[in-house]
Amino acid sequence: MAAEELKTGPLEYRTQEGRMTILGFWIFLGAEVVLFATLFATYAVLFGRTADAPSPMELFEPGTVLVMTFLLLTSSFTCGLAVHEMRRGNKKGLTLWMAVTLALGLGFLGFEIYEFVHYVHEGASLPSSAYWSSFFVLAGTHGLHVTLGIGWATLLLIQISRRGLTNVTSRKFFIISLYWHFLDVIWIFIFTCVYMIGMVI
Amino acid sequence: MAKTDKRVPMNHVIGFVLSLVMTLVAAWAVIGSNLSTTWVIIFIMILALLQAGVQLFMFMHITEAESKNGHVPWNMMFHGFALAAILVAGSLFTMSFGFDHGEHGNHGGEGEQHEQMDSEEHSSH
Repeated sequence: MAAEELKTGPLEYRTQEGRMTILGFWIFLGAEVVLFATLFATYAVLFGRTADAPSPMELFEPGTVLVMTFLLLTSSFTCGLAVHEMRRGNKKGLTLWMAVTLALGLGFLGFEIYEFVHYVHEGASLPSSAYWSSFFVLAGTHGLHVTLGIGWATLLLIQISRRGLTNVTSRKFFIISLYWHFLDVIWIFIFTCVYMIGMVI
Repeated sequence: MAKTDKRVPMNHVIGFVLSLVMTLVAAWAVIGSNLSTTWVIIFIMILALLQAGVQLFMFMHITEAESKNGHVPWNMMFHGFALAAILVAGSLFTMSFGFDHGEHGNHGGEGEQHEQMDSEEHSSH
């Protein structure tokens, strides 16, 4: 495989192994689409079945949700900037923008935890109704992905600070950028299908 | 071209501004507009699909000649999205179609008789 190594182009695409690993990660993302689709389908079917718990209309706050959305959208943007710096060969720029990305991700998580605690205090928790079960599982699975992504990216930043930008570390960083943007794609649909539609129906 | 010399990647900036604008427009449609519920839902779903497109094409390098376009398994991504659509639409169709659980949530799935009674009630109002 090393024999096929290209001399130009982004580091992560230079070896066959790098290109295949990125291809494999896209297949994983395709599977993630289906995973979240099952959770969205469950949520849609159980919509309105709140039993004695408060309705989403009473609990959802547009302010909090918009702040969370802007935090995640901005983090997706700064993650893109980090990849851009990586392709310019600027390790410092990559580290800086990825640190901003992770800080924004942590801010998002903080708001989500606050939101969940608030809902539980208002009487809407995982076991209180079919609707709230599906809500917490859907939003919680996304939050878990964000948490994992933050841990993964932190470890990768440590590795990049030790080994520098090589074919391998570039490929790893490119893949986590795909993961992070993908989480934003999922959040757009949670924002729209859960929060926005929950506020109009 | 391994290293781009552009300091600011313009397509990322444009994508970022577009996604912020679309989020705000969606929030306005829900909170501030006088559109009917159906139209609000159609409108914000279209915005969500457009925003997902912004992420995929402007941030995720889904089309990129440097990998000889060999890094994205298009058939599998299409398969994933098609399955997602079938799962959500199919579940809603089989579980909720023609079943008004908003006002009559206690009827459970007891079938046509109840629904018929419900519709008679409605028409007599």
